[in-house]
Amino acid sequence: MHGLAFDIAHLLSGGLVLISLMLLYQVRLYSLINVFAAHAVVLGLAVAWQAFVQSAPHLYVTALIALLFKGVVIPVVLYRMVQRLGIHRQIETVVGVGLTMLCGIGLVALSIMVMLPITEAADVLTREDLAFALSVVLLGLLLMVSRRNAVGQVVGFMSLENGLILAAAGAKGMPLVVEISVAFSVLIALIVIGIFLFRIRERFDTVDVHVLDGFRGEQP
Amino acid sequence: MILSGEAAMASILVIPAVAAALLAVISSYRLGAVLNVLATALTLAVSSLLIFARPAPSLYLHVDDFNIFLIILNTFVAFTTSVFSASYIAHELESGRLTSGYLRFYHAMYQVLMLAMNLALLANNIGLMWVAIELATLTTVLMVGIYRTPAALEAAWKYFILGSVGIALALFGTILIYLAARPAMGQGLDAMAWTLLVSHATSFDPALLNLAFIFLLLGYGTKVGLAPLHAWLPDAHAEGPTPISAVLSGLLLNVALYTLLRFKILLTANGATLAPGVLMTGMGLISLSFAALMLYRRRDIKRMFAYSSIEHMGIITFAFGMGGPIASFAGLFHMTMHSLTKSAIFFAVGHVSQAKGSQRIADIRGLTESHPMLGWGLVLGVIAIAGLPPFGIFMSEFLIITSTFARQPLLAIPLVLGLLTGFGALVLRMQGLAFGEPSPGNAPVHASYVPLFVHLAIVLAAGVFLPGALVSWFRAVAAMVG
Repeated sequence: MHGLAFDIAHLLSGGLVLISLMLLYQVRLYSLINVFAAHAVVLGLAVAWQAFVQSAPHLYVTALIALLFKGVVIPVVLYRMVQRLGIHRQIETVVGVGLTMLCGIGLVALSIMVMLPITEAADVLTREDLAFALSVVLLGLLLMVSRRNAVGQVVGFMSLENGLILAAAGAKGMPLVVEISVAFSVLIALIVIGIFLFRIRERFDTVDVHVLDGFRGEQP
Repeated sequence: MILSGEAAMASILVIPAVAAALLAVISSYRLGAVLNVLATALTLAVSSLLIFARPAPSLYLHVDDFNIFLIILNTFVAFTTSVFSASYIAHELESGRLTSGYLRFYHAMYQVLMLAMNLALLANNIGLMWVAIELATLTTVLMVGIYRTPAALEAAWKYFILGSVGIALALFGTILIYLAARPAMGQGLDAMAWTLLVSHATSFDPALLNLAFIFLLLGYGTKVGLAPLHAWLPDAHAEGPTPISAVLSGLLLNVALYTLLRFKILLTANGATLAPGVLMTGMGLISLSFAALMLYRRRDIKRMFAYSSIEHMGIITFAFGMGGPIASFAGLFHMTMHSLTKSAIFFAVGHVSQAKGSQRIADIRGLTESHPMLGWGLVLGVIAIAGLPPFGIFMSEFLIITSTFARQPLLAIPLVLGLLTGFGALVLRMQGLAFGEPSPGNAPVHASYVPLFVHLAIVLAAGVFLPGALVSWFRAVAAMVG
């Protein structure tokens, strides 16, 4: 039984890393949002599996938040936003897709090489989970720096945050996980509302963050 | 009626929460401003009770020598800033930069920010500490963007993204600390309570602690504004309302540094980890030198003092990185002095930029002639922040330099160079701002000078004479920080 439990946990968190890599090469906003929804669903399954294996019922709440809020609500809102703002064209990336993918593979290797040797004392499930979680976090960071578009950066941040929830769920018996995932959901909701509320589109005719740089108050 | 320690600790959190709820429904901005001042005054009064009655630590909250002084400093500066804010926002309303609806939001957010900072300082649970820092980030983001100009929105967005990444990394570090503690302390809340973590620290896995500290340093270091993670700080200071710049520089940076120091104590208690001090001295020196150079090319007055904040946070981080009784003492003292001086400077700058209708340094000249009180207040503030005697910052910088010379003479060279560079930039700019032919824009200001001069008087008094009780108490905390 332990072997199977471990394999499924491994499969799900490995799937999360794979989807993170998939996020890196999406050049259209709609497909980026679709892949992110898949990311959130896999996270929800991974956390639910952890809840089952650790028999920690409160983790089901976190799993449910991931499934419903990040897997359904946020993607739908983003979809409508992209439609409303009329920005369903290609996303401008900072460097080419090939180079970004290579960096991504390097980051996954790095996080595995960093995490596995130092967590030898911990049990196997935690170790693997943590290594995968760190990869997802680093890939999320990479996604954020490789996109100039505000929606792209938000998706990058949300995938980064999924990695953190995975780590928190994998740390057996960690208190406050539910509270932290709720706090993060508030943060994400605010970011998404922020794009709307700040009307980045209406004020600048673009959600390309690069354009915002020009408004810095430092011109002579 | 004398409150018990537990009740005092709870009311430090409850008063801002209740005040925020009230302020959110009060539409009159005058009443709101008065209530804001009253609530911060009450919080200050209650927090000073903690000196006499100290509550026993629980799994969530605790009070010890280290955080009690920051709580009192925090509530004090929050109180004086609310007094300044009352006179500042009246002008913003007249000039039409803010509407009364936004002011209601502003006052409520001010109290939520106080709640978040007090919670971060009081928290014993490292997860709770993280949640509080996140709450503080969110409220300040909303306040930085309150003017809704393109520049303000850019600043808020930048702060939002960088701040979020920072706190995300800090959470990863927090999870790793829990994982390091779990084998020794078992599952559950115990393994996240700081007081219990420190007493068990020797049995933690040093490698995990190392990795955790690197994440925490990057995460909370972003909030402290250490270079190269400082990019959000100048924009957020320059574009938000000036009371918020004062609170950001004077309080929030301190709170973020405080959380970092808690984890430094944890690593030092373990003993087998890499020395956290080396990383901190490195980042401190980089921030100091970088910010000192950046001071020269600033054209915006608030942006310039924001870079000065980066410089001083660099100095403080360096001092704590050096460690030892003298350097840590100087670091704590510098934290206090910088907080008071920088908020005083922002009080003056807020009124100056309102009077001149501009934040550009080129538009502000000859202040001592056109607005003598403000002008001289700003001059005194700049003298204090540049580290000239007899102000308190001179004393702490002197202590840092001497202890560095005694222990690591080579590190003293970049330290002194950075300090002198920053000093030169500030004095150069101060001459242009304060003296010479006054620039147009001589509108009289209805300023409240009391907060400005009270802060400067405290900084002056602390530089001339520090009471024995305070010295011995600072020493005790310095011994704790290590």
